[in-house]
Amino acid sequence: MMKKEDALLAYTLRLGDNALIIAQRLIELVTHGPELEEEMANANFALDYLGQARMFYSYAGELEGEGRKEDEFAFMRAEQEFRNFLLLEQPNGHFGDTIARSVMFEVFYLMQLEALVDCADERLAEIAARAAKEIRYHLRHDSQWLIRLGDGTEESHEKIQSSVAELWRFTGELFAGDEIDEIMRAEFSGPDLESIQAAWRESIAAILAEATLQMPDDQWMDKGGRTGRHSEHFGPLIAEMQYMQRSYPGLDW
Amino acid sequence: MLAENKKKQIWDWLADVPDPEIPIVSVVDLGMIRKVNVRNDAVEIEVSPTYSGCPATEVIESSILAKLNDEGLAAVSIRRVLSPPWTTDWISEAGREKLRQYGIAPPVGSASKRELLGKGAVHCPRCGGGQTTVVSEFGSTACKASYKCDECLEPFEYFKCI
Repeated sequence: MMKKEDALLAYTLRLGDNALIIAQRLIELVTHGPELEEEMANANFALDYLGQARMFYSYAGELEGEGRKEDEFAFMRAEQEFRNFLLLEQPNGHFGDTIARSVMFEVFYLMQLEALVDCADERLAEIAARAAKEIRYHLRHDSQWLIRLGDGTEESHEKIQSSVAELWRFTGELFAGDEIDEIMRAEFSGPDLESIQAAWRESIAAILAEATLQMPDDQWMDKGGRTGRHSEHFGPLIAEMQYMQRSYPGLDW
Repeated sequence: MLAENKKKQIWDWLADVPDPEIPIVSVVDLGMIRKVNVRNDAVEIEVSPTYSGCPATEVIESSILAKLNDEGLAAVSIRRVLSPPWTTDWISEAGREKLRQYGIAPPVGSASKRELLGKGAVHCPRCGGGQTTVVSEFGSTACKASYKCDECLEPFEYFKCI
């Protein structure tokens, strides 16, 4: 059985990895927004995620107590050491793909954060309270887009429907908890993934219904994020993200 | 100096530390300073960051340190306080007035009621008109949205309620 301190550290790193990887994906879109408002929204959201990743990594460094700082977690770990969901590393695709990915994650993440606000670890609870405010705003914006695209033109409807269908197989992993999630729940009154899954389905179903979209049938679900087994898209993502620190270790400005 | 007087003096000094992105308001106006702790010669300032990713946070912390060092305080430390999370409800009346004069409409309503984009009318900071339109929910920084006044037709920024 894993020690509870180790589970807390691993869990905090996962939260950091999720925030960092979606931040990196959104950062790729900076200066590529389809219109000025979306350009600003996207850059603002990427910055929020990056800020959240920094808070989680700083805390992880303190928990670990070996002197590792946020930059070392972000830039000096190998592919297999990252524990983000596969959903978040999927390429941006077209605008609808990006929006669908964000909505699926943010509905989950907001519920996870809201549960963490009441958890027994004070620091995680504080970070979660700060982050939840931001994600509530992201989700409001992104879900409005999903609805607008679904209930828009024939073409936008078809495109966003296929974005949802394509990404669906990555959503099972959000709820496929392991020992670390178990310990967080039992020892720190952390999130209950089973009830979050039910609430997530309900919430997603409501958004899809308003968007006049079909909820995909359950199917084979891909997973691997929790064990560091990533999809083929992850290598290039971190190669670009880590380039500077790998070339000039310890670089600072 | 008595600790209470010293604290008051420190608060006055902090009122001179500007926000780097909206220099008309100070960190005190914005409600970012939660507490000033004085123990013998050591001073600790409790600061609440605004947004997680706000790039100004570190600049603000170093300007606080620089200001207090300039005033002759050597042992100053900063403690980031995340809980309760910062909210625009903490922006002072004076801060709201300064924002308005600067051309930024201050937040309307209360963040605790989740009135992100003012349920009440957002008034134009230039002509005071109450007929305004949201142009974009986003602006030049994470904390602002873009508006247009339908009366004087001037575009302006609105400090979001969070």
